[in-house]
Amino acid sequence: MSNPEGAPDLAASEELRDGPFIEDWRRQMIKFATLQLGNAQWAEDAVQEALVGAYKNAGAFRGRAALKTWVFAILKNKIADALRHRQRVVEASAPLREDDSADELAGPFDERGFWRTAERPVAWENPERAVHDHQFWRVFEACLDALPPQQARVFMMRELIELSADEICQAADITAGNLHVILHRARLRLRRCLERNWFGEGERPC
Amino acid sequence: MLTCNDATRLLSDSQEDRLSFKARMSLTAHLMMCSGCRNFGRHLQILREAARAFAAGEDERTGEEQGQP
Repeated sequence: MSNPEGAPDLAASEELRDGPFIEDWRRQMIKFATLQLGNAQWAEDAVQEALVGAYKNAGAFRGRAALKTWVFAILKNKIADALRHRQRVVEASAPLREDDSADELAGPFDERGFWRTAERPVAWENPERAVHDHQFWRVFEACLDALPPQQARVFMMRELIELSADEICQAADITAGNLHVILHRARLRLRRCLERNWFGEGERPC
Repeated sequence: MLTCNDATRLLSDSQEDRLSFKARMSLTAHLMMCSGCRNFGRHLQILREAARAFAAGEDERTGEEQGQP
């Protein structure tokens, strides 16, 4: 109160320490890290380190959005470190811009670019019921886990962490074009996985 | 005439950016004829909602409920 110049910064770090949103971030970060590291303890450690960085530097950021982007960028580095430590050097250090067009996902379309009959998406029954089903979430998690690492990382930044396209391009050091290609592939693959393992009872359209 | 590969790409892109007028027109024309891509578009919405619910811990809440005898 008696320190008007320092007040905004103090307020920002106070908010970071106490705000309920930090618990939401933590949960998102733990998911993000666990899926990529495959180990709850390592994930916990990486998230902890990233949050410590956030506490220290909260005052330097204007607004939560900028801080969140930054915290997740740190987390991504921590995850990369942890993966390297596990001797998964090739995978962890593979640059995101690397083209993975050779992956098997010529899959859903024929050579003219139209759905193969067996791959054509069907209508999903009762999607709103699925989110209340514990088993659905196990399938969802397994499908996320089955994505190639690059696709998983970018998809999670976009849909779990809700970073904007620009923020992801910056954090992952990829172009907008790459981002769109990666997200398209990830969505095709996830959709197919969920349809095969959960929603697959609908009639196939002709 | 768009292929399904093109159309799903535009549907995916539209989750990040607003499509150009031209892209929206070709996409609309394709979707009128293609139930597979119409379903794909709905699935993208469901994927997004599910991913956000998952990040928010919805899976843990259902887990707790199911844990009750």
